[in-house]
Amino acid sequence: MERIRILLAKVGLDGHDRGAKVLARFLRDAGFEVIYTGLHRTPQEVARAAVDEDVDVVGISLLSGAHIPLVPRVIQYIREYGGNPDKMLILVGGTISHDDFPKLKEVGVDGIFIPGVPISEIIKFIKEELPKKRKSK
Amino acid sequence: MNVEEIIEGVLGENRRLLARAITLVENEHPEAKEILRRLYPRTGKAHVIGITGFLGVGKSTIVSKLTGEFRKRGKSVGIVAVDPSSPFTGGALLGDRLRLDGADVNENLWLDEKVFFRSMGSRGRLGGIAKKTGDVVKLLDAAGFEKILVETVGAGQGETGVLEVADTVVVTLMPETGDDIQVSKAGILEIGDIFVINKADLEGAENVERWLKYMLSLDEETVMELSKLSHADEAKIMQKLKWKRPILKTIANKGIGIKELANEIERHYEVIRKNGMLEEKRREKAKLSAIELAIEEIRFEIMKRYKQLLDGEMDPYTVADKIVGEVLK
Repeated sequence: MERIRILLAKVGLDGHDRGAKVLARFLRDAGFEVIYTGLHRTPQEVARAAVDEDVDVVGISLLSGAHIPLVPRVIQYIREYGGNPDKMLILVGGTISHDDFPKLKEVGVDGIFIPGVPISEIIKFIKEELPKKRKSK
Repeated sequence: MNVEEIIEGVLGENRRLLARAITLVENEHPEAKEILRRLYPRTGKAHVIGITGFLGVGKSTIVSKLTGEFRKRGKSVGIVAVDPSSPFTGGALLGDRLRLDGADVNENLWLDEKVFFRSMGSRGRLGGIAKKTGDVVKLLDAAGFEKILVETVGAGQGETGVLEVADTVVVTLMPETGDDIQVSKAGILEIGDIFVINKADLEGAENVERWLKYMLSLDEETVMELSKLSHADEAKIMQKLKWKRPILKTIANKGIGIKELANEIERHYEVIRKNGMLEEKRREKAKLSAIELAIEEIRFEIMKRYKQLLDGEMDPYTVADKIVGEVLK
């Protein structure tokens, strides 16, 4: 039987993962298989894990403000390592300014979740959007 | 992606296709069996090492450090790490990969081309591994990984499933996990080829070591005594005595004791390879997995054909007899 697999990643110099851990727990309870990377991963490490673990969803959590340089690199390396980010759901969560939304969307981010968004919304987003994404291209 | 492409990918060191093949096997995709059947002749070269033990004793950390050590020795390493799936939702938090040494140490195992790490949810199977862990190991074996580390679910007392997949079993303990009665119980402590007392810098390590030594010495005595009673298993008993199970102390997060552990793992492999135990173990495993597969298919068939019957009002014993009667006809 198929299970949706999610890689939950902390990228870069950001030592806060309470939010990511809480989210991991909620996603587990929603029936997903969640692989948590731990803190301080590089974009290459996250990308390699996404490909080897053959995940359906990559969730990148950043509270450092460095999402503009880091997130596109994760996506770029997934492609480089043979994965297909166009068929994965790429999500970003954390302290992201609204001004940066278009830039992230442009490089292939599907969903952006800022503080205050209820977790149920994230789960709903995954369940609704992943099937669409898989069908595309 | 078709079967041919995937098989070629697995044999041709294509990580993406190996990852895909694992998913198909894990999901029990209809094509998985054909992939495994075709790759089976290319397996049997890898040394499969099971790492088991109670939760929180440091299995994942030991796996990471062992991986680093085997890489230093020029071996490629595949890792299958199993964590429990929820019996209620089927969801799982797979938290073994995060212990793997990354950019903050000298060798980055996350990016090493000769390392492949895969996390698995147990997906309903008990015993410390997932139903498909053995098949995933086969894929990594066919892909050419020389050492395959299988990390079990944090095991309690009875989780001995790792025996089904591993050539060498490492049982990990830590200080303050019980007394001499605990180490005398049947189950997980019986299956160890090598014992590790991790976190050996904590108080109480000597006690665990003493109790383990006592348990192992009793093992040898009982084996000798029982050998006087039965003649049939004498060969097996003699073989058991040929490998004196070592007890090692490690402080895994500091890398202490890891080299010695790798040495013992290699030594065990040499011994069982030479005395024929490896071959025997593997033959036994192949038989068991054939039985498992057959049961699985029969189970599926029963569920399909007899769903109505199972919903009925007859008592389950009568229904079972009826089903068995029909299936075995």
